[in-house]
Amino acid sequence: MLENFSFRTIVEYLPLFGQGLVATVWLSLVSFVGALAVGIVLCAMNLQRGRLLQAPAKIYIDAIRATPLLVQLYFLYFGLPRLGIILPEFVVGILALALNSGAYLAEIIRAGILSISRGQVEAGVASGMTYVQRMRLVILPQAFRVTIPPLLGQAIVLVKDSALLSLISVAELTRAGQLLASDRFMPAEGFITTAACYLVLYYGLKGLAGLSEWWLGLRPMGSRA
Amino acid sequence: MIWEQLQDLIRSYPLALRGLGMTVMLSLISLVLGTLLGFGLGVLRATGNRFISAAIGTWVDLIRGTPFLVQIFLIFFILPELGVELDAFTAGIIGLTNLAACFICEIVVAGIRAVPKGQIEAALASGLSLWQRMRQVVLPQAMRVVLPPLVGQYVLLIKDSSVVSAIGLTDLTRVGWLAVQRVPNGLLVFAIVGVGYFLVCYPLILLARRLERRMSAAHGEVKL
Repeated sequence: MLENFSFRTIVEYLPLFGQGLVATVWLSLVSFVGALAVGIVLCAMNLQRGRLLQAPAKIYIDAIRATPLLVQLYFLYFGLPRLGIILPEFVVGILALALNSGAYLAEIIRAGILSISRGQVEAGVASGMTYVQRMRLVILPQAFRVTIPPLLGQAIVLVKDSALLSLISVAELTRAGQLLASDRFMPAEGFITTAACYLVLYYGLKGLAGLSEWWLGLRPMGSRA
Repeated sequence: MIWEQLQDLIRSYPLALRGLGMTVMLSLISLVLGTLLGFGLGVLRATGNRFISAAIGTWVDLIRGTPFLVQIFLIFFILPELGVELDAFTAGIIGLTNLAACFICEIVVAGIRAVPKGQIEAALASGLSLWQRMRQVVLPQAMRVVLPPLVGQYVLLIKDSSVVSAIGLTDLTRVGWLAVQRVPNGLLVFAIVGVGYFLVCYPLILLARRLERRMSAAHGEVKL
């Protein structure tokens, strides 16, 4: 049946895929900003000496990492109404993505901060800087540099993860493919187009990650990743 | 109320166990096949000629660049059109094995590249064949770099297996989805489902961490 592959139907549905692409981009973007906020808070808690803040952050990160995103998504989707919280599907989706990716971002940020050599911290102490000054002027600017490429890596994961939102009927890229597949009984056309749209986002972000590594001086231009 | 729902859920434990069994089975088969395939592809990509290496690289990129859900839909809905009859379980095995192979391929390539060039030259100078070089010199040293991310990757793949529930395979996630139609308490149902995954994944996460610590200690790096 693939010999009947219908480009005309794809062209007919292009506006729908365009909307899906836009929706996937902004859903991912909002989720990523939310995930950054979650990640920074978790990381700050995790770096404290006291157990009172550290333990909840560690438990949260482990719980997120040991369970599938789909289960977390269903937990919120079927669970929130139970608590009397009725939210639109896309908000539930953004919430799930942000809470999930936040746990991974916390680990990435932590690794960045811990990669700064002790000598830097000690030099800051010797210069009479306070904790906040050391963080703001010495550690964070350097940590920021090494953190950018893995952050972009997590952004790629998040964009792909957002496909799961189609399962709670959020209108995005994968949903567009499902609609074409079920309306016209053309799964090949629907899902190949969907895959092509994700690849555009993937190669864009991957290029950006490569560029950032070169720009930040982490590796020379043209060398292998 | 919650107590009654919990009892109701506990009564349906055979279904939950079947779901957990399905998740473990699907993951286990795919991980074994995917590891074998991934190592093969990785060695080919690192040592084969430019054409083979580029072909594998492109395939890996295509798989890494698209959501697993879309890959599963493609396999489940398109292979039958090409005349291959398959059920959700087979589609899941194919999809997950392919995904595992692609990620493991990249891990293996990174491991092989981390082996110092002198080692390979020494093996060449000793007259070892390609197979001997790989098996006796390169891979044993590469394993140090490969092992920690490999176990971490297993955790990701086991979690990805939950996506196969979207095409109707009654794995642990699907069982939760079915249960929540009957017992309207999503928090309770999916917390239990989450515990099921946690029991499988958390030991592997701990193992990955342990390996990582040991490997970096063996390399003389100080971890803060």
